[in-house]
Formats: sequence, C-alpha cells, structure tokens
Amino acid sequence: MSQAFTKSMARNIFFGGATFFFLLLVALSFDTMQVLPKRDHRENITDAVARGKNVWEKNDCIGCHTLLGEGAYYAPELGNVYKRRGGEFVKAWIKSRPAEGTPGNRRQMPQFNLTDQELDDMVAFLKWTGEINTNNWPPNIEG
Amino acid sequence: MQYKSQAVAKPYFIAAIGLFVGQILFGLIMGLQYVVGDFLFPAIPFNVARMVHTNLLIVWLLFGFMGAAYYMIPEESESELFSPKLALAMFWIFLVAGALTIVGYLTVPYAALAKMTFNDLWPTMGREFLEQPLITKLGIVVVALAFLFNISLTILKGRKTSISLVLLLGLWGLAVFFLFSFYNPSNLVLDKYFWWWTVHLWVEGVWELILGSLLAFVLIKVTGVDREIIEKWLYMIIAMTLITGIIGTGHHYYWIGTPEYWQWFGSVFSALEPIPFFMMTVFAFNMVNRRRREHPNKAATLWALGTGVMSFLGAGVWGFLHTLAPVNFYTHGTQITAAHGHMAFYGAYVMVVLTIISYAMPMLRGRAANSGKAQVMEMWAFWIMTVSIVFITLFLTAAGILQVWLQRVSTTPLGFMAAQDQVALFYWLREITGVLFLVGLVTYVASFFVGGETKEAA
Repeated sequence: MSQAFTKSMARNIFFGGATFFFLLLVALSFDTMQVLPKRDHRENITDAVARGKNVWEKNDCIGCHTLLGEGAYYAPELGNVYKRRGGEFVKAWIKSRPAEGTPGNRRQMPQFNLTDQELDDMVAFLKWTGEINTNNWPPNIEG
Repeated sequence: MQYKSQAVAKPYFIAAIGLFVGQILFGLIMGLQYVVGDFLFPAIPFNVARMVHTNLLIVWLLFGFMGAAYYMIPEESESELFSPKLALAMFWIFLVAGALTIVGYLTVPYAALAKMTFNDLWPTMGREFLEQPLITKLGIVVVALAFLFNISLTILKGRKTSISLVLLLGLWGLAVFFLFSFYNPSNLVLDKYFWWWTVHLWVEGVWELILGSLLAFVLIKVTGVDREIIEKWLYMIIAMTLITGIIGTGHHYYWIGTPEYWQWFGSVFSALEPIPFFMMTVFAFNMVNRRRREHPNKAATLWALGTGVMSFLGAGVWGFLHTLAPVNFYTHGTQITAAHGHMAFYGAYVMVVLTIISYAMPMLRGRAANSGKAQVMEMWAFWIMTVSIVFITLFLTAAGILQVWLQRVSTTPLGFMAAQDQVALFYWLREITGVLFLVGLVTYVASFFVGGETKEAA
C-alpha cells in the first residue's frame, strides 16, 4: 500500500467501520425484535412448549438432528417433523428406541427414557416450532 | 525468548496440542458412525462424540489463543507479564474444568449431567457448541476475566503496539460475546437469534482480530518487514472483516423465523466476507516476498502462508458457496455446511494457532528454530494435514450436493435417511481421509521429539 495511506488512516477506518456496522446490527436487531411476535407466534408458547424446549435441550437432541436447519447433520430435520409424521408417531418413535440399539449398521438413536409428560411436552414444542414463519424453509416436507 | 514470563505460554501450547489429538480421535469415531451406525453404541452415541469433538476444538483453540497472548504480549509490551503465577493457576483451572466436563459428557447421560449441575435453575445446556454445564460456562468466564486482567495490565504498564491493541480487542470481544451463551429464553427464535451473537460474532468477528494479530506478529518476526507496514495491513484486514462480517450475521437469519430483509443484508454483506481473507493471503505472501531477513524457522513461515491460503479457501470461498439466500434455501443444514465448517476452522484458527506454536515453541525451548530434520518433519505434517482437510472438504461437498439433489431438488424427493444411504461412498472416503489427517497429526507431534543441531536463540 502506498505511503500516502498511513497506518492511522487504516486504524480510523477500522474503528469507524466497526462502530458503524455494529450500531447498524443493533438497529436492525431492534427492528427484528418488533416484528418477531407476528412471526414466531409467541402467544402460543404454553408451559408445555417451554418445558418441551427444556426436554429437547437436556437430551442434546441438537447433537444429531437439525432444528430449522441448525444442529448436527446426522439425523433428520425436526423443525417440520410434526407436519411430516404427526405427534403420535414422534412419541411412539422416541419411546420405542431399544436401549442396546437396533440390529445392523443403522444409525442409532439412544433410549432417553422420557416420561409421558415429557413426551407430550416435546411434541408441543415441536408443533409450535413447526408453526414459526420460516420464509417457507425447508424446500419440501422431507426437511 | 526475551522475557522470562513468556515461559507460561509453554504449558498452554502443550495442552492445546494434546486436546487437538483428542478432537481428531473423536472426529474419526463420528465419521465412522456416519457409515457404521452402531459403532460404539450405546457407549458413545453420536451426539456425545460430537459434543466432545466440537468442544475440544473450541477449548484447544482457546488454549492456543491464551498461550499466544502470554507469549506475544511481553515481547510487544517490552515488559514482563503482570502475573505469571496467575497465568499458571488459570492454566490448571481451565485444564481441570475442561477435562471434568469432557469426562462428564462421556460417563453420564447428558440429561443426568444437566441434573447434577442444576441446569434447571438456569438452563443454558443442550444448544450446539454451548453444551457445557452452567458451572463450566461460569468457569470459562472466570478464567477469561483473570486472563484479560493479566494481559491488560501488562499492556498498560508497557509499550502499546497496534498488534497488542488488536489482540486485546479480539480477546475482550471473545469474553463479552460469550455472555450471550447465558441467555436462553423459551422462545426458540430469540434463543437462536442471540445464540449467533456468541457463535457468529466469535468466528466471523472478534476471533478474526485475534487471528490477524497472531499472523501479523509472526510475520514481523520471520520477515523483518517494517512494523508500520504490517500494522497498516492488519488494520485494513480487520476493518474489512468487521465491515462485512458484522452485518454478515444476517446469513444465519434467513430461515429461523426472522424477517425477509435479512436475506438481502445477509447475502450482500456475507458475499463480501471473502475480501478480508483474500487480503490476508496477499498480505502473507507479500510480506514474505519482501522479507529483509532469512529467519531459520522455515516451518513457521510455511504455516503463516498456509493460514492465508487455507482461510481464504475455507472461510472465504466455501463460505461464499452457500451464503446467498437463494442458494442457502437448498443447502441450509446439509453436508455443505459441514464441508465449509471443517475447512474454515482448520484454515483460519487451527493453522494460525499452529503458526504461533511453530514460531514460539522453539524459542520457549531455548533455540531460534528447530533442527532442519525436525522442520522437515513438521512441514510434512503441514502438507499431510492440509491436503487431508482439502479432500475431507471436497468429499463432504460432494455428499452435500448429492444430498441436496436427492432430498430437496429432485421431483421424487427421498427421505433424509434414504438420501444418506445413497451418499455413503463419500462418507467412507471422508473417513479414510480423516485417518490420513491423523497420520499428519501424529507426524506433527513426533516432530517435537526430533533432535539434531540447533542454533541458540538470540
């Protein structure tokens, strides 16, 4: 870089640019926070949904699955699983995982020993998640 | 080594390399579980192996950053470290806390670990990369604060350079943005929104300041180019990093419930994110070409050049590949993301930590550079690991493209598991390349034990 362009000019661009764009992020986030209630339907976050999120986290489901495309890529997307499979299937599936695994080389899902209450909460959470306005993602029902 | 207190960097570097080996072993376990699903089940389920793999990565990079700061700051400040004892104490606390956390992941079911550590009082666990129990997270904050206190006071009492200022900003930013990991509302959209303020603003924000300053430090040392020139480059690179990267956060806000306008902000700004990485490549090669001395440590120079190139490819090119919203609509949450993640982390953060270790470790062991024989071995390790990661990335990219096609584009879309079965060949190839990476890593570790003639450090 040429001599006319000095280190202190570069430093000013850094501090000015970083400050400006961080403030822009804060402003955009502020706007997003105003709009979100219409998109996430937070009025439907019941105690069951909140408890279900806790069950989701306590069992580290994100360690294999994606949820709205974020997480691990080892097992199916679950943001739309309520639509794809329905609540009863989800409960039956989680409940029926053999503790020692299924035969063959198949990918294994652990037996989490969830109570009936926890299963209901999980389904409530996944149902609510499926109703978030995600700009039509995923592209199809397979997730 | 010019200052006695720089010696505290040594245990940090050794721990970093040790945990790196652990990270790769668990990576190989996961890679095999992709194709042999019942491997080690139920002893180590995939999600546990993944937690160990990603958490070890984060922890060893943090060890590397802290070691780097303890090595660099006394030299930059021309002053002994404020408190070497505090630095050593924090080393042991961080190592023991990290080890206990990993042991916890591996020995008790995650839900039991959550219960034992009172997660229900303040739930923070079970979110990607932030799986650590509350107590570990608090421990990280304590260690980070003690570390920042130590480093900041050292800088305050000594010479203030741009390199140490940028490093300090990066490290404070790391600590500040980690605080968002304590915010976990019941509303998943809010949770995800601010989760990215830790994850994105770390790896595509403040960590790049740390990366830049480590690279600049080593380039000054090995090339002898005027500090003014190098620091000017450093400021321009990190200016572009934050100008593009902060609003680039928007590329995570396409499909998680956030408004449509993020598709524009995210696409435009993150399309510019390769620029600072490209500048970094030009910077590294330019400085080495204009070198005013022949430093005996050729290996460190190779790592520095490699960081420039590989971070541009991994973070820049592979990031751009799927960052535009219309593309990301199809690739979001597929092996394409995994491909990018692997090369970006290796190219940017793994390589820069190995760069500073390569430069500093010989000094810490009382010589300007390792013997020719040891350096040749280290350079072999560089090439084996780097070529391996390139192929791991290519195989995952191939798997990802096929996955997108079979599951999301085709007129008769397959279910997730059916699509996975179709791309198994690429997972096998990735696993074989992963073993090659381990060979490279073993070679790297072995290079520390190769003797031969060395010159005393000046």
